[in-house]
Amino acid sequence: MRVNLTVNGRALHADDVWEGESLLYLLRERLGLPGSKNACEQGECGSCTVRLDGVPVCACLVAAGQAEGRDVVTVEGLAGRAGLPEGALTPVQQAFADAGAVQCGFCTPGLIVAADDLLRRDPDPSDADIREALAGNLCRCTGYEKILDAVRLAAARTGPGEDRP
Amino acid sequence: MTNDHRLRTGGRTRGGVGESAPRPDGTLKVTGEFAYASDLWHEDMLWGHTLRSPHAHARIRALDTTEALATPGVHAVMTYADLPAATHYGLEIEDTPVLADGVVRCHGEPVALVAADHPETARRAAARIRVAYEELPLVTDEATATAPGAPVLHPGRTDAHAAHVPHPNVVHRQPVVRGDVTAARARADVVVTGDYEVGMQDQAFLGPESGLAVPAADGGVDLYVATQWLHADLRQIAPVLGLPEDKIRMTLSGVGGAFGGREDLSMQAHACLLALRTGRPVKMVYNRFESFFGHVHRHPARLHYEHGATRDGDLLFVTARIVLDGGAYASSSPAVVGNAASLAVGPYEVDNVDVEALALYTNNPPCGAMRGFGAVQACFAYEAQMDKLADALGTDPVELRRRNAMSQGSVMPTGQVVDAPAPVAELLRRVKALPMPPERQWETAGGACDLRALPGGLSNTTHGEDVVRGVGYAVGIKNVGFSEGFDDYSTARVRLTAAGGEPVVTVHTAMAEVGQGGITVHTQIARTELGVERVVLHPADTRVGSAGSTSASRQTYVTGGAVKAACEAVREKALARGRARFGAAHPAWATAGLRLEDGKVVTDGGEVLALLADLLEDDEPVEAEVEWRHRPTEPFDLRTGQGFGHVQYSFAAHRAVVEVDTALGLVKVVELACAQDVGKALNPLAVTGQIQGGTAQGLGLAVMEEIVVDPATARVRNPSFTDYLIPTVLDTPAIPVDVLELADEHAPYGLRGAGEAPTLSSTPAIVAAIRRASGLALHRVPVRPEHLTGT
Amino acid sequence: MDFLRPAGWPEALAAKARHPAAVPLAGGTDVMVEINFDHRRPEHLLDLGRVAELHTWETDGDHVRLGAAVPYAHVIDRLAAPLPGLALAARTVGSPQIRNRGSVGGNLGAASPAGDSHPALLAAGADVEAASVRGTRLIPVEEFYTGVKRNALAPDELIRAVRIRRATGPQQFAKVGTRNAMVIAVCSFALALHPHDRTVRTGVGSAAPTPVRARTAEDFLTAALAQDGLWETARPLPPSVVREFGQLAAGACRPIDDVRGTAAYRRHAVAVLARRTLGWAWDAYRAGEGREALCA
Repeated sequence: MRVNLTVNGRALHADDVWEGESLLYLLRERLGLPGSKNACEQGECGSCTVRLDGVPVCACLVAAGQAEGRDVVTVEGLAGRAGLPEGALTPVQQAFADAGAVQCGFCTPGLIVAADDLLRRDPDPSDADIREALAGNLCRCTGYEKILDAVRLAAARTGPGEDRP
Repeated sequence: MTNDHRLRTGGRTRGGVGESAPRPDGTLKVTGEFAYASDLWHEDMLWGHTLRSPHAHARIRALDTTEALATPGVHAVMTYADLPAATHYGLEIEDTPVLADGVVRCHGEPVALVAADHPETARRAAARIRVAYEELPLVTDEATATAPGAPVLHPGRTDAHAAHVPHPNVVHRQPVVRGDVTAARARADVVVTGDYEVGMQDQAFLGPESGLAVPAADGGVDLYVATQWLHADLRQIAPVLGLPEDKIRMTLSGVGGAFGGREDLSMQAHACLLALRTGRPVKMVYNRFESFFGHVHRHPARLHYEHGATRDGDLLFVTARIVLDGGAYASSSPAVVGNAASLAVGPYEVDNVDVEALALYTNNPPCGAMRGFGAVQACFAYEAQMDKLADALGTDPVELRRRNAMSQGSVMPTGQVVDAPAPVAELLRRVKALPMPPERQWETAGGACDLRALPGGLSNTTHGEDVVRGVGYAVGIKNVGFSEGFDDYSTARVRLTAAGGEPVVTVHTAMAEVGQGGITVHTQIARTELGVERVVLHPADTRVGSAGSTSASRQTYVTGGAVKAACEAVREKALARGRARFGAAHPAWATAGLRLEDGKVVTDGGEVLALLADLLEDDEPVEAEVEWRHRPTEPFDLRTGQGFGHVQYSFAAHRAVVEVDTALGLVKVVELACAQDVGKALNPLAVTGQIQGGTAQGLGLAVMEEIVVDPATARVRNPSFTDYLIPTVLDTPAIPVDVLELADEHAPYGLRGAGEAPTLSSTPAIVAAIRRASGLALHRVPVRPEHLTGT
Repeated sequence: MDFLRPAGWPEALAAKARHPAAVPLAGGTDVMVEINFDHRRPEHLLDLGRVAELHTWETDGDHVRLGAAVPYAHVIDRLAAPLPGLALAARTVGSPQIRNRGSVGGNLGAASPAGDSHPALLAAGADVEAASVRGTRLIPVEEFYTGVKRNALAPDELIRAVRIRRATGPQQFAKVGTRNAMVIAVCSFALALHPHDRTVRTGVGSAAPTPVRARTAEDFLTAALAQDGLWETARPLPPSVVREFGQLAAGACRPIDDVRGTAAYRRHAVAVLARRTLGWAWDAYRAGEGREALCA
């Protein structure tokens, strides 16, 4: 079947999509956007987190056909959707790189989409709020300490009251 | 030239050794552009799929691929009968079939391969392969493996251990005997014994086993893959493909974590076989279910210990028997046995020791390398014993450890004298001195409950009822690098050139960057040694010599050592060129102690002699390739375990603070503090990241992580992230880290391998804390709610 | 495989009537796992994502009519007042990402004994609104679960909504898992006090082939509260009553040993959860509406 959707602001389509394919497969294997990661494909790790019509979801659990006509933002599109110039990093991305929150990096794209969503909703989250918001994203390398550091850093840099891209 | 303003500014090169330089791949990883092995794509590529055995031990009576081959979109189906050359491979013992050789010996063993134009086509075709299995009796533990008439899983063994093992179902056995245990036992005032058990832990790296094999015009193949050791893969793949090694060009693609689980082959040979068979590029990506069968796990272990001491608390003797379940194939079992045996006593001075460690062949899932291997299992048991001994003596458990702590100059049970700092007592002192986390952190200002700070978390199981705090301590010892006489070396090629009037260093190694930050460290070493800020890292591939494995906490030491040595050689060549070119113009060129700093040649006194760019421009690049080795080790004596077996030791201590809901048996780890000696922190941010990550994996083993194997069928019961649980951010507490830097003079920059030690002591510290809170003598990890509630 | 994409409810019912084996797909949090792991290959997937009415809820008198596909996140954010037990249960479902997609209707469709909403629905009192081209019927939730992962829906029926009684008193939900987040229930327990008719209802999850009410425990407690006039006096519950309630709740279990836990542990834990949730709910009842629970 054919699937039409908007990804990172661009109208895209894919043909010959198998009906059992996930949005994750569609993004990674058909639309050239492998940034969303395929760690568990059962909604237990958050590595494939994308925004579907503005809501963070596991792309592995959305059937490709369900994305018909929908708006998807992946990690590749966060900076662009925030109006940043080509090559620029969002505050969350920059903070992850600066704080040592990245080791193997396989969890990073999903965590960045989830953390970005958290800071949109709550620019100054408590540690417990950060933990609750990121509880759906597994990381196996860092022990999470530097991921918490990164979210705190991004929150501090953006600052409450300032415009968050 | 002396008028050049650039010559007036001297100073240190930024981003060198000792700084928390950022990761070179950080930006790519935060934008999603970093290419992991599962992200690869090639025009015209096919998808490979593996058919695996549902049985743990069975004879294959018939195998019919006709229907699968006839499936539209299928390009190849391969079985054992289709293998072109070698049929078995292995890291240490070549006992692993590329595809089942008429018998399957474990659940999930690969039986056949399919290549098709879509993964679903490949799956459907695989389901049409008809396999007739005849189930065989199972070997699942020491009793069944060594019983009279037990099925011998690998008859006719000819490997290096075959001659000395007590039974063919024992992969390797290593005793370590020192002093006179019988005499010491007679003198002991207190003796404590214990039986302990460690469950099967999984590495659970997030990036699944993946790779892309592209057939080449010369009859060879290009393989892009996520691995820990390119050259070890190559050595094993080439005979399977029947190709010379130079026809197989391997390139490391992005690796989503490893922790030992990528040391053995997974899909490497399979993808190459399918690519060569079809003439098309073949991509293979395991899903999470298959990943649990795609790599080896941490050896489950049963350990029996006996500790004897004087009433003052001086350890007199230790005996231990450690039985590791290696599963169906050897993998790195021999090395795991060597570690468990030689480190069985822990970081303590004990004159009288009698240890036996062995690994079994069984029909359980194959086990091999995982962070801290051999030492993790032993540490859980010997630290439980130290607490038990402290209780028996009525003394403080930390004090007992400090009293018996080894130090520089101590003699290991293997007879090896520890010739570098071994600050065991100091690490314990430091971790104990850290401030304690406040009590009742779940209580908010108004007396309401923050569930997230309680055992059970958002599941709302307690509002403080039956919650008891406990504190526990543990310390561990891990060897660094490959041991027992292994020729452990790394190769580095370094090239200094000029681009656009600026010096540039290119570093080329085959080191697998799996997330540990080795590439960051290489960049820093090059900056420090060559005084050049701009460092380019060549992709890791097999066009340069081996860098050994990214395991055994060895890469910063060994490949870092190779990069340092290659940089030093490049520096000497550059200075020689400078002397030849400018020596006549300035007498300082003849002085000793010239340095490269901030892109310049500088005298010992800080005078700038030349710009590096001026040395390099319009001339050949300066290049050096070095094969670097740490000092040699020797094998352990097969009867006594004596020998200079390990090149370096690494130490970490943990303090765990836990809160246990004693009625439900649920645990919240409140804080997990670590003190570790790293010799020299080449990158402080990265080293604390390693310590925190290793600590969290130890937490997983303590309270939740276990591959559950049904003893009746030897099948894995929980191959998914739904039922194999790893800690979330709500399970992982604050992990304060105190880094000690006592240089090891034998190692580059005095550094000490850091990756594994924190994984050891984290687990026993948590269990000690749970014992304190619950009053129960827990002898098994992971600790389950059933253990804590007597159900 | 065919992917059916009805644009509205009548069309969805027609599709289900035409293809009774079609697998309904809403949040995908169960069905897609089965497809990704090759556990299921239905001939038809019936995507309900476009059926707007499934994503809405409304209040009619004593009930909340919750559209089958309303995500858990909405239950937590917007329905905690009328459905406090269900909101507590929803907060324990999977992860934030899962709660943005998964729904009570999906939980009912899957009918796993470990589903987090079931105990809360049983305790609150609810009817499943099952619809087909033949018409609509209400199935009391206790009668909805017919076996392990089996429910009372006819092959041509779809779940339109769940009608859940609005809370008239405190409700609680607690679930045991071996991780502090993102975990499937080893067992769970829900309790609802219904002061308006002086009854107590419960739900037990993951401790029997289906979610069940602990009716003996309910009857015992309802009688004990009445006998001592506790609804009126709001005095503390006698410890013996709390203990007995826990034991009776455990008695309602028919658990198994599995990879997540033993039968004995499940029985034990249900007793503990029953005692604790009763304590919290009764404290809240005594304190009056709107008071936050204090730490033990």
